[in-house]
Amino acid sequence: MPGQLKEVRNRIKSVQSTQQITKAMKMVSAAKLRRAQDAIIQMRPYAQKLQEMLRNIVSSAEGDLSMSLAEQRPVERVLLIVITSDRGLCGAYNANLVKLAKQRISESYANQLAKGNVTIWNIGKKGYESLTKAGFPTQDTYKDIFLHLSFEQVQAAAQAAIEGFQNKTFDHVEIIYSEFKNAATQRYVAETFLPIQKVEQVSGSKKADFIFEPEKATLVAELMPKILNTQLYKAVLDCHASEHGARMTAMDKATENANELLKSLKISYNRARQAAITTELTEIVSGAAALKG
Amino acid sequence: MTLEILTPDKKLYSGEVYGVQLPGITGLFEVLDKHAPMVSALKKGQVKILKDAKNAELYQIQSGFVEVLNNRVTVLVEGATIV
Repeated sequence: MPGQLKEVRNRIKSVQSTQQITKAMKMVSAAKLRRAQDAIIQMRPYAQKLQEMLRNIVSSAEGDLSMSLAEQRPVERVLLIVITSDRGLCGAYNANLVKLAKQRISESYANQLAKGNVTIWNIGKKGYESLTKAGFPTQDTYKDIFLHLSFEQVQAAAQAAIEGFQNKTFDHVEIIYSEFKNAATQRYVAETFLPIQKVEQVSGSKKADFIFEPEKATLVAELMPKILNTQLYKAVLDCHASEHGARMTAMDKATENANELLKSLKISYNRARQAAITTELTEIVSGAAALKG
Repeated sequence: MTLEILTPDKKLYSGEVYGVQLPGITGLFEVLDKHAPMVSALKKGQVKILKDAKNAELYQIQSGFVEVLNNRVTVLVEGATIV
């Protein structure tokens, strides 16, 4: 009996200390989430203005602007940019992203994979590890972007993808990331990065008589890479926020579960304690009775 | 006129100014009050914000774009640092 008591007490202690860790991790994630969210909010006006500028140029252009980055080619070689987190303990977050990546490959790019024409660039350690283990052709050039998250680093990755598309190393580039909705929900998406989707001409909106310098075609050619950079950067920021959101929810759940566990452990501890006392009492009473008798 | 300088990381500047000097891709130019609508690409160089006749602020930029519309100047830049 006393042995069991000690066992339960030890378990309670270990669950308590685990709970402390999950609680602390939840707090840290909450703080980091706020910063990540701020970063997204800060970059939104930039992204919006960039789109608006492009629309202004396109809608005041007569005829089609030929854009090499929008060229649709038969898809022979594919690049997937898979963004995951560097650390675990965030629920099914990374697993879901890896699952989506595998699903995209088996659904749409099975032929290309068989020919060895699928390349995967991983941003974030977790996805790199599990995709490499599963035998996919991964590259870790941009794996460590999350260590020092900055626009310049993401830009380098985007530039490399654009160059790859231009010199026909890739015919199709796709980003797999998770869009940040709120702390509890993420949406896992596969988004086409290149070729660029056609920009719709907004007719009917009042046109200002813009002076363009240099001329439109050159401007669009300059603007396109910028928009792509921003798109990838946005994806990375989204993922960053999603990661912390997912971790926060996971840790909250863990803390809650630890509480439940503690409750049931305490009940069994008390039961064992009472049983021990009862046995002891019976022993004493029967001992005394034996002496009397 | 109102000037806004936006970078992917944050809003760098926002407010009423007298004018702004920009390193256009074809050469340095200045935008003053009531400028005609314009879109231009910017190259590496310095952006000089003229707050009034005397005060100026300098930013070093890597590249970017400027849009002038309805007396609002929006500058989108990458890699901006204050000088």
